[in-house]
Amino acid sequence: MTPATASQTAGPYWHMIDFPAWADLLRADGPNAGAAGERITLAGVITDGAGAVVPDAMVELWQADPKGSYDGAFHGFGRCATDAQGRFCFMTLKPGAVPGPGNSTQAPHITLTIFARGLMSGLVTRAYFAGDARLAEDPILARVPEMRRGTLIAKPTGQGEWRLDIRLQGEGETVFLTV
Amino acid sequence: MVDPIPFRPVAPGSQPPLDLPSYRSTAHRHPSQPPLRMPTTLTEASAPSFTPAWYAPHDDLSVVDGKQALGERMIVAGRVTDENGRPVAGAMVEVWQANAAGRYHHARDQHDAPLDPNFHGEGRVFTDAEGRYSFTTIKPGAYPWRNPGPGWRPQHIHFGLHGNGFAQRLITQMYFPGDPLLAFDAIFQGSGDDAAKRRLIADLDPELMRPDWALGYRFDIVLRGRAATPFENA
Ligand SMILES: [Fe+2]
Repeated sequence: MTPATASQTAGPYWHMIDFPAWADLLRADGPNAGAAGERITLAGVITDGAGAVVPDAMVELWQADPKGSYDGAFHGFGRCATDAQGRFCFMTLKPGAVPGPGNSTQAPHITLTIFARGLMSGLVTRAYFAGDARLAEDPILARVPEMRRGTLIAKPTGQGEWRLDIRLQGEGETVFLTV
Repeated sequence: MVDPIPFRPVAPGSQPPLDLPSYRSTAHRHPSQPPLRMPTTLTEASAPSFTPAWYAPHDDLSVVDGKQALGERMIVAGRVTDENGRPVAGAMVEVWQANAAGRYHHARDQHDAPLDPNFHGEGRVFTDAEGRYSFTTIKPGAYPWRNPGPGWRPQHIHFGLHGNGFAQRLITQMYFPGDPLLAFDAIFQGSGDDAAKRRLIADLDPELMRPDWALGYRFDIVLRGRAATPFENA
């Protein structure tokens, strides 16, 4: 077995592969134009351990379709650069619940991966949706210490608008996941 | 339904730590808590399908509007496999790099080296059924950065890869054999054990060279592989 190639930081100039349109998964000239479902935005601010915003991060999004399938009919991928205020914002369709290990069901969730200068590898986390009754049964959330679970749960800020801030380090540090 | 085959745990020494004091920018950005280990679910075992139809390939960085960029023209090629040695077909490979003078075509790059109007420095290719990829570019220059030490990064090309499971997502850097700056580079030196560092250095490959036209470097990339055994509850 050859171990996987070492991860390296994306550095400060990764924007050369940034295409701002990709933050809108429903863009009219994209693979999901006309896809049916509940349109939502998922936004947030990334801050570091000193409380400073992270203005140079790449956030990648991966999610199931509104029925909870990854079969590819819906292209559940997006990429968004944080702005000078550390903000990211995606436009997408709300995903459905996804089968989990055993006979469990994973509550609807969106996977976010953060790359940046100063991060030697990507940080993976999830955004669940506050108020969903299925959160209580989610097999991944069940592994997270209760007092940190809130870092994985987006809050509604308006009709179809969800917000999840990400704290890389320190008080209120986001729970990052690895398989 | 049947659970997805889990990914192998990360091999010890194969990956850099997030807390790397010699790389100053990690100080406030590395999480203080270890990541929460979880089983591979459908979410991590599935991956977006990136097709050339929606993600246009661009495999020649050495020319802009028919005009040749300055620098040593080279072909960079290799194979993308998983840890089990199986080719990863249809992987999207994104690359970005500085020009021959060590300057990025990027608004925030303030390095006082010339821009080259005939070099933008970003590309996108896909692996074939055997996991092979190839693109043409010019050799990037070294460039200065603000980090304790000699303050110059070795010549490198940034690579981003998407495989066939989202847990395989990788961003890395390719370096060049014999570059004396490697010995002083906090990012390269912090990559893991000696074997991990060696895997980040391309090989000059006579078979890839084109007489009277281009140098050739081989850079093979390994993505995480699936395990034979089920997830163990730690
Ligand atoms: Fe770089």
